[in-house]
Amino acid sequence: MRHLRTGTVAGAVALVLTGAGCAEHRATGSASQPTGSVTVLAAASLTESFTRIGKDFERAHPGVHVTFSFGGSSTLAQQITAGAPADVFASASPSTMKQVTDTGLAARTPSVFTRNQLVIAVPKGNPKRITGLADLAAPGVKVALCAPAVPCGAAAGTVLDAAHVTLTPVTLEQDVKAALTKVRLGEVDAALVYRTDARAVASQVDGVEFAQSASAVNDYLVVALRNSPNPTGAEAFADYVRSAAAEAVLTGAGFQRP
Amino acid sequence: MTDRAPVIMIDGDLPTAASRAGTGRRAPAAGPGRVPLALALPAAAGLAFLVLPLVGLLARTPWSQLPARLAAPGVVDALRLSLVTATAATAVSVVLGVPLAWVLARRTFPGRRLVRALVTLPLVLPPVVGGVALLLVFGRRGLLGGWLASTFGVTVPFSTTAVVLAETFVAMPFLVISVEGALRAADARYEEAAATLGATPWTAFRRVTLPLVTPGLVAGAVLCWARALGEFGATITFAGNFPGRTQTMPLAVYLALESDPAAAIVLSLLLLAVSVAILAGLRERWISTP
Amino acid sequence: MRPDGPHTLLDAHLVASRGGFHLDVTLTAAAGEVVALLGPNGAGKSTALRVLAGLHPLDAGHLNLGGAALSGVPAHARPVGVVFQDYLLFPHLSALDNVAFGPRCRGLGRAEARRVAAGWLDRMGLTAQARAKPRHLSGGQAQRVALARALAAAPALLLLDEPLAALDARTRLDTRAHLRRHLADHPGVTILVTHDPVDAMILADRIVIIEQGRVVQAGDAATVTRQPRTDYVARLVGLNLYRGRGSGHTVTLAGGLTLTTADVVDGEVFVAFPPAAVALYPQRPAGSPRNTWPATVDGVERHGDHIRVHLTGPADTAADVTPAAATELDLTVGRQLWAAVKAAETRAYPAAG
Repeated sequence: MRHLRTGTVAGAVALVLTGAGCAEHRATGSASQPTGSVTVLAAASLTESFTRIGKDFERAHPGVHVTFSFGGSSTLAQQITAGAPADVFASASPSTMKQVTDTGLAARTPSVFTRNQLVIAVPKGNPKRITGLADLAAPGVKVALCAPAVPCGAAAGTVLDAAHVTLTPVTLEQDVKAALTKVRLGEVDAALVYRTDARAVASQVDGVEFAQSASAVNDYLVVALRNSPNPTGAEAFADYVRSAAAEAVLTGAGFQRP
Repeated sequence: MTDRAPVIMIDGDLPTAASRAGTGRRAPAAGPGRVPLALALPAAAGLAFLVLPLVGLLARTPWSQLPARLAAPGVVDALRLSLVTATAATAVSVVLGVPLAWVLARRTFPGRRLVRALVTLPLVLPPVVGGVALLLVFGRRGLLGGWLASTFGVTVPFSTTAVVLAETFVAMPFLVISVEGALRAADARYEEAAATLGATPWTAFRRVTLPLVTPGLVAGAVLCWARALGEFGATITFAGNFPGRTQTMPLAVYLALESDPAAAIVLSLLLLAVSVAILAGLRERWISTP
Repeated sequence: MRPDGPHTLLDAHLVASRGGFHLDVTLTAAAGEVVALLGPNGAGKSTALRVLAGLHPLDAGHLNLGGAALSGVPAHARPVGVVFQDYLLFPHLSALDNVAFGPRCRGLGRAEARRVAAGWLDRMGLTAQARAKPRHLSGGQAQRVALARALAAAPALLLLDEPLAALDARTRLDTRAHLRRHLADHPGVTILVTHDPVDAMILADRIVIIEQGRVVQAGDAATVTRQPRTDYVARLVGLNLYRGRGSGHTVTLAGGLTLTTADVVDGEVFVAFPPAAVALYPQRPAGSPRNTWPATVDGVERHGDHIRVHLTGPADTAADVTPAAATELDLTVGRQLWAAVKAAETRAYPAAG
């Protein structure tokens, strides 16, 4: 794209204009003002907040376009180590971030920008009257947890240990949204999910807070990636995520200040 | 070498269900001979495309840790559960799917096209959606599930039964399509001949039609079994994931991928090895040309 | 000629539609009788057979066998056996198990059914083939297994659909003789569908000729051969056939030609004579009591050891001549000749009834 010669065929010119425009932004991206497009790989639990933050960022920096790819943190980390073209990575756990830093793909040291902790998600109105972790072990209460291999599952294990509660869940879901879905469909009576996830579907689900949640606070980290095609844009977005404006959006969604 | 084009020998090709469906006519047998270059090149490319990912898997396998990995807790459980549920799903598919295929192949009725389209729906439906749909039927608040729970105290989701249902939902169309094709290829007049000999429609089906379509039925059952064995989306959505009860091999693989890619590769390899061994054994017994 | 009264086993009036085709046929037969349904392709013979077997619904009319009404009775509950044109032997069963299939369905145990089947195969001279799968049987053997299979269920009505059509000429001869013996032994009614007049004449006691879904003629072989009532039948039995108006010893044909006949007839009549009775002359034969008319050669073909000449003129005629005569007459298409037939060689009979 960068080696375009003068177009000879009108159609060809029209066709390459968008691509050429993109290349041009990136070529001039060495200036201090961010331009061009920024591709952000972010943990699924950030979906609602980051979509808003991205719009705010674009408004603050006209000419910049932010594209998101939301997914499980470990899946995204694997995509990055496999060479996926991306500018910024926001993970939901230090361990998944570590996969990226270990392979030398982070441009600098990642920083914690927000925190999340668990609540007990119950169907609207809390029909089983669940008030704490101990209630989850009661007979006849069906509980969905995340699998221990994924961050929300590890956190669930920690808080249950802290509460000295032993329970047998009916299912170990592959991610927090899947666990929440089981509550929304009414197939389980409770699930341990992040507060932000419960709040995002507040019309169907109530979040029951419990004391032991403080024992498993989940740190979210963000970093600009080393192989970013748009380093200025990447740094600008990673900085913006740590700004007061972004923090307001995050806390509004149920996240906690780091 | 002379000016001869490269010669590729292909032996013992798998006969299709239709060509062996007992019509008395047989397709010309596959035999050795020259494969035209225009077919050989795409055929080789197709084979490479299908086999290379497997090679990638083998290349990344941590062979030295293999025994320890296979002995890890839960691996045998997941494999056993996978084999049991896939076999059960195939059995359910045969019991329900063969009569369905017969009706589709042998009877005309209003809306038959629609019914056939509905039968193939699970093929195009993303399995996760299939799992949600099953929850909406068999779940605690589902169309049937609520009644099952209140009448019999039975809840289906998160049980091994749910795994079988999810796998059946996704895999049965393969069996129905295969058997229907075999039935269409088989001469329906054999059923008429049986009737003139005093066979009731059920006897004719059992003693004449079924033996005639056995190759198609076996091929369909094998496809169905293989599809059930690899089922992931509908299972994890409808049956959840719990070791020993609903965690089949594909679920174990997926979750291992989250934390330990090497373990996922080992599990995948085990699943592949077992299924290839079983399919090859079946083929020897049923599908290969006599 | 028609069986009736207590001897009538089959009494059927078959009315059925298949596609755009309409069948309306009356059929009766006595116990032990073999009736051939003879007709050109598409005449409705096979439909009639399918209706009798219960494989095709009866729209109207009736179907009684041994006093019991069969219309509405499903195929498997009818005392009917069928030998299909291509036999339809079950490919996955041995010859023995094919024959045992009917007895098994009629309630016999496996061993007993096999014993009955072995008896039938023995009667057919096929004991050595009992364990053979159908694909390993010759055409003639398969035909006999199919016959044994149909007979083993002891049907009151045996239906044969073109039983010899799938066989080569040599096998056909043997199988026909074999079939004739077994049909003679069958105590029930046998209906034989064929388009081959030789099969019909050799195997059947009575011939029913069907054209376009209707019975056009019925009778024993001798009557049908001697007195055909349609062009199709006349061609089948190798006769020239004309319709005309009779008055004493003369018949005036539609084309205006007047023929002198040995029979005395009045009103609408048929006149028939064999091609061998037609003599051909280069000029009009003089001073002869024969019927003569001018004719033009339309075609010439070899027909066994003689030559068949197709002629046009006041009456379209087939004539058989010897090869020597053919050479002498210079039989090229378009050649003008005279045809002659002796009155004694003609047969005239009323067209009605």
